Amino acid sequence: MSATPPTPPTSPTAAELTARTREFLAAHPPADTDRATFLRARFDAGLAWVHYPEGLGGLAASRTLQAVVDAELEAAGAPDNDPRRIGIGLGMAAPTILAYGTEEQKQRFLRPLWVGEEVWCQLFSEPGAGSDLAALGTRAVRDGDTWVVDGQKVWTSSAHTARWAILIARTDPDLPKHQGITYFLCDMTDPGVEVRPLRQITGEAEFNEVFLTGVRIPDSHRLGAVGQGWEVARTTLMNERVSIGGMRIPREGGMIAPVAAAWRARPELRTHALHDRLLTLWTEAEVARLAAERLRQQLAAGRPGPEGSGMKLTFARLNQEISGLEVELLAEEGLLYGDWTMRRPELVDFTGRDAGYRYLRAKGNSIEGGTSEVLLNIVAERVLGLPSEPRDDKDLPWKDLAR
Amino acid sequence: MTASTASAASAASAAPADLLYSDTEDELRAAVRSLLADRSSPAAVLARLEQDRPYDPELWNTLATGIGAAGLLVPEKLGGQGASHREAAVVLEELGRSVTPAPYLTSAVVATEILLACAPASPGATALLGELAAGRTVCVPALPLTLGPGGPLPAGPPTAPVAAVADAAAAHTFLVLADSGLYAVPAAEATRADRTPLDLTRPLATVTPHPGAGTLLADPATARHAVRRGLLAGAGLLASEQLGLADWCLTETVGHLRTRHQFNRPVGSFQALKHRLAQLWLDVASARAAARAAADALATGAADTELVVSVAQAYCSGVAVRAAEECVQLHGGIGMTWEHPAHLYLKRAKADSLALGTAAHHRTRLAALADLPSP
Ligand SMILES: Cc1cc2nc3c(=O)[nH]c(=O)nc-3n(C[C@H](O)[C@H](O)[C@H](O)COP(=O)(O)OP(=O)(O)OC[C@H]3O[C@@H](n4cnc5c(N)ncnc54)[C@H](O)[C@@H]3O)c2cc1C
Repeated sequence: MSATPPTPPTSPTAAELTARTREFLAAHPPADTDRATFLRARFDAGLAWVHYPEGLGGLAASRTLQAVVDAELEAAGAPDNDPRRIGIGLGMAAPTILAYGTEEQKQRFLRPLWVGEEVWCQLFSEPGAGSDLAALGTRAVRDGDTWVVDGQKVWTSSAHTARWAILIARTDPDLPKHQGITYFLCDMTDPGVEVRPLRQITGEAEFNEVFLTGVRIPDSHRLGAVGQGWEVARTTLMNERVSIGGMRIPREGGMIAPVAAAWRARPELRTHALHDRLLTLWTEAEVARLAAERLRQQLAAGRPGPEGSGMKLTFARLNQEISGLEVELLAEEGLLYGDWTMRRPELVDFTGRDAGYRYLRAKGNSIEGGTSEVLLNIVAERVLGLPSEPRDDKDLPWKDLAR
Repeated sequence: MTASTASAASAASAAPADLLYSDTEDELRAAVRSLLADRSSPAAVLARLEQDRPYDPELWNTLATGIGAAGLLVPEKLGGQGASHREAAVVLEELGRSVTPAPYLTSAVVATEILLACAPASPGATALLGELAAGRTVCVPALPLTLGPGGPLPAGPPTAPVAAVADAAAAHTFLVLADSGLYAVPAAEATRADRTPLDLTRPLATVTPHPGAGTLLADPATARHAVRRGLLAGAGLLASEQLGLADWCLTETVGHLRTRHQFNRPVGSFQALKHRLAQLWLDVASARAAARAAADALATGAADTELVVSVAQAYCSGVAVRAAEECVQLHGGIGMTWEHPAHLYLKRAKADSLALGTAAHHRTRLAALADLPSP
């Protein structure tokens, strides 16, 4: 990796990281070390996410150098922490805890999160508060050292496998909506937390409804100051967009892979019209991959900004167009579906299932983590600096908003 | 009615088609809509699907005999209503609007057209038409749903398995096209392997007739001509189903966005969404013209029928898919749930876009029909 940007002088270089990873591998040969032990040791050696601080799974290195470590580990056949299964923890909870957590919170939560011993979910959206997340109505009322939480969340991915949740709740209904919100870490095993499967378009129940009734959260599990919840949540949301749109994929990785494979293997399916669309989408997928890589390099040192929304927009559109093309390419087979059984999957695996599943699941890509319409507004307003539409909801007390 | 032959001349249209709805058609629509509103609301459709009973035989019975919809294309002297494709199109609009699982397109349109092309020379076909028109029989062509007019017709022994046959589960009789002619095969004399369809409202199966099953209805040449005619009518009227589907999606989405509040105002008041819905309305209005033109051309036997049908299919497939995709998207998280019917429309729209020839297939046909050859 000669093309990495310059890194601060104190942080390790690529060569140092390679050496360090090899030393670590020598001390913990993957073949003779059980998975959990290996992953915990890797965290403690600072090789989990190298850009995190020392003592918290990192070495305060440049974010881009993670690739150096990953390549060494992969070559040695080391187990990984299955980032797909713990995506919300890695992509959203962790950076937020890192930015706003107390020392105790960071020590308590980051290691089991990264190792995958504790899965996280995100209790943000509510039936009445989706795009307008700051309008949420779940209440948290202080009672001495604890908070008592009542409300309903919806579309909560992985709530059925999660041990912990990031949660935002209203702590002051008399303030304007953005000011009366506080951010908590919620124990999903606590009394009063009820998770009900919510079946979706694909037939399975990947997301859930979550009912919170008198749930008691200790004040030590508050993240950030009382009333600072929206600011904290914005960190989560920025990271969410980057983590959804910003996964590093190889050329012809992702949704285009099965279409390209079917095209090569099955000449009888080919038509001129499909060919032109395939090549157009193949090119767009490759360019999107490069643009995501470029954005990653740009952001390597800093924090994610509104630019991350752009990549999520592109991937949502491409995933939908490519999976739509795949259904059409398969002709008679495209009319079929693998399985409508209602299941509660542990992870969302696009490539492991059929074209119809991909087509339907990809429809969520432009809704989850902020809809494409809302992200376009963000690009227009925060990247391009265009004025926002007239708004009357910013200064009104939350309790006086129209619902 | 004779379908026009492909020629550059057919690109020029003659007298303008009647693209409006007649009073009779409006009455028929009202009857079908109120029946479907009663018995086939999206919630009722979903409930039946979840119990693996997509078809409602009583509903079919009322539609076929009570309203007389099954025999619309069948002349009165053969026991039918002696109406036309224009009326059948209106029925399909309503079936599309409600995504009702019913073998209407397959039995009352494609199979009926095939049989009409064989009768009266074929007593078997004539008899079957009477049964169909009386709503006593559901007759389904054993053809892949993806086959469009001008596509390669299956040729082989009558026992060859056919994949992706729509509505096979509802059929009493299959029409089987073989190199030796067209056969009417009772459902009991064929093996039916149900597949799991993307569109649960139009079930699919692989159908394999038993050796020696059925009766010969037509010789090979008549059979192939008849099937082509069936596919042409099917493709033309599918546009009306797609129109009805798109229209529901638009109406439903507009309704939702008028009442759903985010940011202290109705979501539909955001200009970004208003413009999109206005564009979709334009697309649906255009689709209506295209679908009406196809129905009218089929009804009048216009010289440019093949062209008008391909225009309708090349256009309406895309509008229906886009309308359903917009419906899911603009309902936000609700649109991704199983409880909300948006997914039924999306699945039907996508499957419809593959049925009876894709938009690309019909554009390719237009290259010849409108004399716009490829490079
Ligand atoms: C598969 C999936 C997984 C999810 N997982 C989670 C999760 O784990 N945790 C969680 O908290 N949430 C989750 N969500 C919820 C998701 O974040 C919300 O669905 C999303 O923010 C949209 O909110 P809504 O559904 O209320 O739609 P609404 O806000 O009602 O939006 C309806 C439509 O209006 C549009 N719209 C709204 N405002 C504007 C505007 N100002 N300008 C233009 N258009 C606008 C929207 O884009 C949308 O198309 C998930 C959703 C899905 C589909």
